[in-house]
Amino acid sequence: MQREPAVTIFERGAPGRRSFVCPELDVPRRDGLLPEHLRRAEPPRLPEVSEPELARHYVRLSRRNFDLDSGFYPLGSCTMKHNPRLHERVAALPGHARLHPLQDPRRAQGALELMWNLERALAEIAGLPHVSLQPSAGSHGELAGVLLTRAYHADRGERRHKVLTPDTAHGTNPATVTMAGYDVVKVGTAPDGGVDIEDLAAKADTDVACLMLTNPNTLGLWDRHIERIAAIVHDVGATLYYDGANLNAVMGVSRPGDIGFDIVHFNLHKSFTQPHGGGGPGSGPIAVSDRIEPYLMAPTIVRRAPAEPGGGNGAPADGAALEFDLDFDRPKSIGRLRGFQGNYGCFVRAYAYIRSLGAEGLRDASEVAVLNANYLLARLRRAGVADLLPAAYDRLCMHEFVLSGAPMKRDLGIRTLDLAKRLLDHGYHPPTVYFPLLVEEALLIEPTETETRETLDAFADAVAAILAEAAEDPEIARQAPYTTPVRRLDEAAAAKRPVIRQPA
Amino acid sequence: MSTYTAVTDGDRRAMLEAIGVSSIEDLFADIPAELRLGRELALPAGMTEQDVYEHLRELAARNRSAEDEITFLGAGMYDHYVPAVVDMLLSRSEFLTPYTPYQPEVSQGTLQAMFEYQTAICELTALPVSNASVYEGPSAVASAGYLARLANGRRRFVVSRGVHPHSRQTLETYAHGFGAEIVEVPLRDGVTDPQAWAGALDEDTAAAFVQQPNFLGAVEDVAPLAAAAPDGTVVVGAYDPIALGVLAPPGACGVHVAVGEGQGLGNRLDFGGPSFGFFAATDAYLRRMPGRIAGETVDADGRRGFVLTLQTREQHIRREKATSNICTAQALNALAGIVYLSWLGRRGLVELGELLLQRTAYARQRLGALDGVRALHDASVVREFALGLDVEGLEGVRRVIDRCAERGINPGFALGSELPEHPDGLLVAITEQRSRADIDRLAEALGAALAAEPRPQGVAA
Repeated sequence: MQREPAVTIFERGAPGRRSFVCPELDVPRRDGLLPEHLRRAEPPRLPEVSEPELARHYVRLSRRNFDLDSGFYPLGSCTMKHNPRLHERVAALPGHARLHPLQDPRRAQGALELMWNLERALAEIAGLPHVSLQPSAGSHGELAGVLLTRAYHADRGERRHKVLTPDTAHGTNPATVTMAGYDVVKVGTAPDGGVDIEDLAAKADTDVACLMLTNPNTLGLWDRHIERIAAIVHDVGATLYYDGANLNAVMGVSRPGDIGFDIVHFNLHKSFTQPHGGGGPGSGPIAVSDRIEPYLMAPTIVRRAPAEPGGGNGAPADGAALEFDLDFDRPKSIGRLRGFQGNYGCFVRAYAYIRSLGAEGLRDASEVAVLNANYLLARLRRAGVADLLPAAYDRLCMHEFVLSGAPMKRDLGIRTLDLAKRLLDHGYHPPTVYFPLLVEEALLIEPTETETRETLDAFADAVAAILAEAAEDPEIARQAPYTTPVRRLDEAAAAKRPVIRQPA
Repeated sequence: MSTYTAVTDGDRRAMLEAIGVSSIEDLFADIPAELRLGRELALPAGMTEQDVYEHLRELAARNRSAEDEITFLGAGMYDHYVPAVVDMLLSRSEFLTPYTPYQPEVSQGTLQAMFEYQTAICELTALPVSNASVYEGPSAVASAGYLARLANGRRRFVVSRGVHPHSRQTLETYAHGFGAEIVEVPLRDGVTDPQAWAGALDEDTAAAFVQQPNFLGAVEDVAPLAAAAPDGTVVVGAYDPIALGVLAPPGACGVHVAVGEGQGLGNRLDFGGPSFGFFAATDAYLRRMPGRIAGETVDADGRRGFVLTLQTREQHIRREKATSNICTAQALNALAGIVYLSWLGRRGLVELGELLLQRTAYARQRLGALDGVRALHDASVVREFALGLDVEGLEGVRRVIDRCAERGINPGFALGSELPEHPDGLLVAITEQRSRADIDRLAEALGAALAAEPRPQGVAA
């Protein structure tokens, strides 16, 4: 990777240099169009660079990133599977990429049909009949889900103020609960890694509006008491929310709707290959049951009977049929969660993925994701590794698993963080570290289905090599990495005296 | 069927043996039989890559994009030219495929780009603090409301009628959750009525929202509106970043939190997303910001580097006490934003703003002179303006739009579908891609379309 000293775009270029050449003024110039007091006094201090400088700057910057096409990226809970480039090609077709969101639906039938088809596919995968594609990411889908829960209870004249979240939950769950005006009540985890049923039963009362659950959970484990959990929650009249972050384990195998979940969110940027882009864009559609449907966000997509050619059904003069439309007439809807119809560019990619794989391929993806995770877990259970990095739960896993670095810390004097940093020198992106919170020195590993057995073997060997090295000299790992564009960074200093922009 | 897995039969056997189970089924043993699907998903069979391409191409062909017509649609998203260098950089695996930069040593590209983006947004808004992006415009407005609600504990939002309807609706949705009521302030002569605004603000007002330029394209006089806010009330400005080449920035007008839709900055239309929302603020709100923030620091060898900072605001650390639930935001779209702003450059942004100002003035005059067209307001405009058409309400406007569409022209947005008070309104947007010749063609098409339309009863032709 690129190891030159960091120089920002604001430190490059020279006054007067430029990339953009403005189109010529082709209308009569008029003065005084804008009163002086409303005008900007000084131009913003933006960079002044030529296009070759601009291209080179950002290409060099890009070479300071690790990415999915360069190496293994087993970041737990993030589903870093291959991003097929077909998806980029089709999303860039002008008919998709340059379509204005307020185009008349009669002249956007291809887009609406795509969205309709994607909704139907996601509904089938979730086992729930209704879908809204609107949320922009998983956490946005969560907010939708909790607001839908609120609307559902309010419509029944009920006031409930608590939402249950397991202590293994992603941080977005409790943050969402607060944002939606509810109190968070934490539920504990049982020794087998599932929800502590007794704790749940004790806390589930008629003040509870909802339980938010990830299944398989963030420990990579299927909750063995999931039916019992669903029954307890439904018995007190609460809704059951499925955080779909880990859906990659169960596509075509088991459906949240069949288990009794009322609301499910999907991360199209996890299970459905939308590239992560270094932190977005994402897309977080939700699927819901019949009882939640009346409150879904507006607009929804509806399919009408195809129009008669040349008249009726609002057919336009140019003969295009209004088969797919946006429905804004939703009196019980919670409203809008954002502008327009959602992250359509992500819909195109997810839809291309689903059509590429089909039912068989989606199930195969989940099966191989689980196979790969268990294989890697087995490889890491060998002598020399398992005693230092034991599995947090001695079970088969689903698509990911958690190791604990506690013995490694005790016996070798290196922490999970050190192991992660040393993995960088071996050319791997480390797994998720220090999450879930309830496992000491946690290492959450998700290989995904698109990795080869050879890659998994090599990664297991690298972990073993780092542990062997640390047994000889722990200082090597403690000071790692050595080969990256920069070495360990002082995060405390960054937070203490924040410098978050280039000084003028 | 396409596949992206790599497991051969031989691999499968060896891997199952290493795990110590005899079949893939065994790996799913924890899932009780009654919770298994027990059939294939009812989805169409998988397709080859070339067939998927053909299907997606066929769907694209059934949309009329900005490539297929001369479009004057705006109302929140605009058909600006996206330079090729943006496409080139965004398609690089190193930017396209990484996750959020949790391992800064191998994420310096993304982190430095965030830092540069934050700098550019601070320069654009004349505010000292920016995050690394939020989802998009309207939810950025709603997030600003949540910031205010947490910052001052008040429960009342004052919202100008000039704020984009999608922003107002999104704010309402969010506010219903965290508990706040919305009071709307009407427009007068196209801009926020200053008396009504001042009258609506009180000590219980958590935040006051104004949009610049507003939804009717009119330039607001933001400074006196901001000055009217009582102590502690967060003044939120929703800005069109493209207009900031010529308009006084929020930081110079007393705005505390500036947000907006970033699509116009190097992002394509994509039928509404993904784009990004920007979120900037005064120093007082640094530790209340939603989302990721990149900060500068040094490494173990004293070399300059960048990290995610002030993370104790965020959901993965602070959980139920976080300033926002946002996790994945719009990093790649914000990268397009900083590349685009660097491409435009210091002078380019101003030149672009001046060009839009002139062409918009020309279009406004040209269309306003047509028989059956009137201005909805006389306020200054930068890149978008509102007209009233002498037709039978919203349906009449839609027929006019259809007739223009037959000539390959999309004349703009039918305002009545969002603002019932303007059933005959048309919102026309100009970008650098709409030349004088395009505007002249629009005038011709609109004139002909109006001539074919029956005039409303009781209104003289």
